[in-house]
Amino acid sequence: MLLKSSIALASVCLGLLVSTNTAFAAGECAAGKTLKEGVLTIATGNPSYFPWVIDNNPKDGKGFEAAIGYEVATRMGFDKDKVQWTTASFDESIQPGEKNFDFNMQQFSITEEREKVVDFSVPYYSAAMAVLVRKPTQEKGASADLASLKGLLWGADASTTALPTLNKLIEPKDKPMLYNDNNDVVAAMKANQIDAALFDLPTAMYLGAVVLDDGVVIGQFPADRTEKPDQFGMLMSEGSPLKTCVDEALEAMKADGKLASIEATWLQQTTGVPVIK
Amino acid sequence: MLTARQAHAKRVRKRSTTIAVISTAIVVAFLYLLIPLAPGWPAVKKSFFNTDIFIKTFPTLLDAFVLDVMIFLWCAPLIAILGLVIALCRDARSPALYPLRLFGAIYTDVFRGVPVILIVYLIGFGIPGLGLPRPWNSPYIWGSLALILTYSAYVAEIFRSGIESIHHSQRAAAASLGLSPGDTMRFVILPQAIRRVVPANMNMFIALQKDVALLSFIGPVEILRQAGVYKSLYANFTPYVAAAIIFLLITIPATRFADYLMAKQQRERN
Repeated sequence: MLLKSSIALASVCLGLLVSTNTAFAAGECAAGKTLKEGVLTIATGNPSYFPWVIDNNPKDGKGFEAAIGYEVATRMGFDKDKVQWTTASFDESIQPGEKNFDFNMQQFSITEEREKVVDFSVPYYSAAMAVLVRKPTQEKGASADLASLKGLLWGADASTTALPTLNKLIEPKDKPMLYNDNNDVVAAMKANQIDAALFDLPTAMYLGAVVLDDGVVIGQFPADRTEKPDQFGMLMSEGSPLKTCVDEALEAMKADGKLASIEATWLQQTTGVPVIK
Repeated sequence: MLTARQAHAKRVRKRSTTIAVISTAIVVAFLYLLIPLAPGWPAVKKSFFNTDIFIKTFPTLLDAFVLDVMIFLWCAPLIAILGLVIALCRDARSPALYPLRLFGAIYTDVFRGVPVILIVYLIGFGIPGLGLPRPWNSPYIWGSLALILTYSAYVAEIFRSGIESIHHSQRAAAASLGLSPGDTMRFVILPQAIRRVVPANMNMFIALQKDVALLSFIGPVEILRQAGVYKSLYANFTPYVAAAIIFLLITIPATRFADYLMAKQQRERN
């Protein structure tokens, strides 16, 4: 009895020791590798947008990227008050010299060309394909189920993977119209020549909120049903020693489902874009 | 029996034919042997002349080409009519009709001066954007109109050159016979003028046959767009080569026909 409780006590002590150790040393992995000792500096855009960062205030931890940022920081051993937020423009982020952040989250798509000048973490998000329509189409009954989507007049950017996805997942009754770029697709929507278009979710949200006055993203396909989805990674300076630590944290988040639950909270519930069944 | 002169002419003709055949054969043989020697040839062959992809995509491309032909068929007559109307506007001679002349001049200046693709964009997206209901906002309608406006400006200039090539004495003669200006145009000038510019107009229609593909910019999936989709899908340019061949199947006979008409006209004039 006595022995048992002392073992329990010892293990609690050991646990405390380990955890305080991590908190103080800012994790073994990240120790001494950050811009400022003991502090993790994360950059976002200025301004940063819904649903990535809510109200342009990442300190609240609200919004998909803000939440991911704090979760990764915690797993790397930085407490919430040891996380500093800064902003960086796109050009500042990809310029080859010194950076003012440890890592940077602004929906950077991982591409081969960019990999040559900067480092990316493993992806923290694979862009789902989403359906953009205008209000009148929604009012006429378009919704996030396949039967209603099949009957719409579709458009897509001809050179993206939207077209194969469209033909495979939705199989519209009428042949889709095809365009050279996203702006032309939106122009055709404005001219009421097409009802709906397929984009990756971030593009759809941007076009729906900024470019179209009455755009509505009515549904999204889960990313695993999309061919070669666009993947977002945290951007770091080329050869950053922090990369392995960040990757480790992200892989752990993927493994225990935390990443998926953050995505569900901020990109499905908050945006109100239902998953198409 | 040939005269000495005819026999000589025949010998010369025979000799030049032989030389032409030999030199052509040498050039073709050189190209055939030399091009595959280029270091990049295997790669080029694989991405531009891939037999498998050619066979796989050709039927669909041919199918998509039907749309091009249809657009061409409904545009061509409208272009001819509008072109003639504009040409007649520019030829209006009464002072009271000066606004018509002015309109004709501005019309041809504007539509010949702006690239076709801009007109296709402006009219194809712009006018339907005003809020026309379906099906009246169709890209087929407004895209076709864009082609009609542009090409009729060129065709109008061709008709005008035809009208002006008819000697002034013909108008004078018609007037002396008591024909009204309208009748003069209808029964004297136009029959000759139109015939004279048929070969030039044939060239315009061959060009139109290719420019129909520009409608793909505003949505319709015709042969060029379909080839582009296959290009993205297979990461291979063979579908473009296949599309080019399909275009040539139509345009080469049309070009030869225009040449034939021109040669015939030349013979008739001499």
